[in-house]
Amino acid sequence: MPWVPRGLRNGVLTSRWPRHQDDYFDGFAAAIAVDPTGAAASDPRVAEAARACPTDAITATGDGVRLDRGRCILCGRCAEIAPEVFTIATGSAVAAVARDGLVVGRVAETDEALAAVRAELAQRVKRLRRSVHIRHVDAGSDGSDEWEVQALVNPVYDIHRLGIFFTASPRHADILLVTGIGTSGMRQPLRRTREAMPEPVVVIAAGTDATSGGLVGGGYTAGTGVGAVLDVDVWVPGSPASPFSLLHGILLALGRVPPPRDEGGTK
Amino acid sequence: MPNRSKTSFTAVDGWRASVVDNVSAGARFAGLYGVADDASCQLTALIATDDAYRALDVSVVPDPNGKLAYPSLSTHIKPAFWYERALHDLSGVVPIGHPRLDPLLLSLEAGSERPRPGRQAPPSSLRQSETAHGPVDVTGRGMFALSLGPVRSGVVESIEFLIESPGEDIPHLNIRPHFKHRGVAKKFEGKTPADAVLVAERVEGIASVAHALAFSHAIERIAGVEPPPRARLLRVVYAELERMANHLDVAMRLSDAAGLAVATARFAWHKETTLRLTSRMCGSRFGRGVVVPGGVSAAPQLSASAIASEITSLRARTRADAVLAMRTPSFLDRLRGTGRLDPDYAQLWGLVGPLGRASGSGDDLRWSRPTDAYAELRLPTRPAGEEEGDVLARLRVRWSEIETSVDLILAALGRLEADTSAVLAAPIDLSGAIGFGLGWSEGAQGEMVHAVALEDGLIQRCFARSASFHNLVAFHDAFPADVFTDFAFIEASFGLGYAGVAM
Repeated sequence: MPWVPRGLRNGVLTSRWPRHQDDYFDGFAAAIAVDPTGAAASDPRVAEAARACPTDAITATGDGVRLDRGRCILCGRCAEIAPEVFTIATGSAVAAVARDGLVVGRVAETDEALAAVRAELAQRVKRLRRSVHIRHVDAGSDGSDEWEVQALVNPVYDIHRLGIFFTASPRHADILLVTGIGTSGMRQPLRRTREAMPEPVVVIAAGTDATSGGLVGGGYTAGTGVGAVLDVDVWVPGSPASPFSLLHGILLALGRVPPPRDEGGTK
Repeated sequence: MPNRSKTSFTAVDGWRASVVDNVSAGARFAGLYGVADDASCQLTALIATDDAYRALDVSVVPDPNGKLAYPSLSTHIKPAFWYERALHDLSGVVPIGHPRLDPLLLSLEAGSERPRPGRQAPPSSLRQSETAHGPVDVTGRGMFALSLGPVRSGVVESIEFLIESPGEDIPHLNIRPHFKHRGVAKKFEGKTPADAVLVAERVEGIASVAHALAFSHAIERIAGVEPPPRARLLRVVYAELERMANHLDVAMRLSDAAGLAVATARFAWHKETTLRLTSRMCGSRFGRGVVVPGGVSAAPQLSASAIASEITSLRARTRADAVLAMRTPSFLDRLRGTGRLDPDYAQLWGLVGPLGRASGSGDDLRWSRPTDAYAELRLPTRPAGEEEGDVLARLRVRWSEIETSVDLILAALGRLEADTSAVLAAPIDLSGAIGFGLGWSEGAQGEMVHAVALEDGLIQRCFARSASFHNLVAFHDAFPADVFTDFAFIEASFGLGYAGVAM
């Protein structure tokens, strides 16, 4: 069995996140951060950045500059045009339990509602404990999202170490992880998969395409995100969402993201 | 700007005769698409000759009943089979005499409007039909039809294979990619080239760089601009990294199908290393946002020597594992003789990429129509090639291409270190421009061709022809002596992205 020693050759490759920090987790450019104090919303460069945004993710109105990470495809144009306001932020912890939570640049005004959403989700996932099965469905992705989801089982992320597994059958699944824009052709298969799952179910929209349709959604095949077909619990932005962002989103759904160790990270 | 690569015909018959003559004279059929006008539709056939492409076009006007129709090419040109179905789905043009005009990309109710790419206004009343139960072609004792997909086991893209089988053999299968049809063709329209290249990256996410390159080459051809030397070299680096990641993905899937847990984990790790290297260079694991019309958007965030040392150690690890895999009998037994496509077949269907090269069809655009720095860098004397046409031959081609990729990356990095110029992109001003350009690149899946028409400086139509669309049709015929349990091997060995098929 020549493969056995080969498997031991390079030692342990697996990330220790979330228990320990991981440089790739912290260093990955997974989102755009907005500094509302950088420039006024009326600043011409902010308006130019908003115009240049290919997915109209930026709004600059009287009450400030906002960027919807659920629409952002990370092309980085805004950070080039108005670097005082928009910066490429590092850190993979970008998922949110409310669609609004992906809109950055304004003060959080929905704390109470958000707490209620969190509590309801926590109640629902309580019984899943430490053995969680995921069913993935592609609802019209560009193919890169599947690579990132699949990467979670490679030895670097090794999602099995956290008691999380992918399953072939929706009957065994606790989490429905959906990628892609939600094309009209996939609506029925997606609904049927959801109906075949035993309660409780957590639905995760993985990637900007699944969150809002991104750059290619919204055409004649509908596709403005899977929120139009299913009730989504966790939104993971990214074009595509990186494996660490997905892992963070999954653990967020399960209430297993450890509190931040210190300041830093993303805001 | 006049374009010598484009020939316009006035009569459909003359156009058809010319396309058929070209192909029977040995040219490769590379695509067919429609550009809608108010009532008519302009058809363009793409022909690949030895060292160039030709676009032959003709306008189809409505017949007295208001229908758009022309005599089918598929009766004479096999690979036109899917293109004509896609053309019918999207543009509503009927190829008369087509052997099987079922919906491919879009299943619409009778009488519904069509998307009609090329006509700027979005369709107003498109009515998509519920997916009917698939066609069943083979009858006989004990035959049954199994729909594999669109939701199937594993983390895979949604596509349906309707398999007809008496239990073991697969005498017939139908491929139905329409579930994930996104309507990408219409998303190009009305965009500036700078915005449209972002759409091109999303035609097929696992070949983002290859599609961005093909698109950018088309724009550069229209503008008559050549990217600066530094950009040409950097493009090669990103394109070859993408090829390595894709080939490693295939190796991983084949090992997984054979149940080799350690090999699967190792190749998955090498693939992850490749994606991480790309992300540390440009921020995106898929090289997105790097290629722009005119050049590249930014210099890598890693030094050339740092990239070179990473890639060298990655090569050593990959090579050692590849050697071991190719000495593992339980692995080779599953690959040898499986999913054979013989050279005559590959020639007839004009198969491209590693799939074609494993069946003796040698076209690799890096050799035959080099773009960017490929003409300057030293390549092996000929592209990787095999004759057996089975899963094993395809894997051999991929191993050899990984080696070539590393050599190319190291050579390009060597030149980049010597090149101190700061210019990364040639300025392109196409505001108000009208033009037509073809662009191409050799992706991991094979030949990518983008045919771009500009109007007022904006994209009027972009036909993004992925190698996956061109090659997947051969999957119908890849089960000559194979059974159900070979399915995973054959599918992995094709190494295609279904997003690029369904568009």
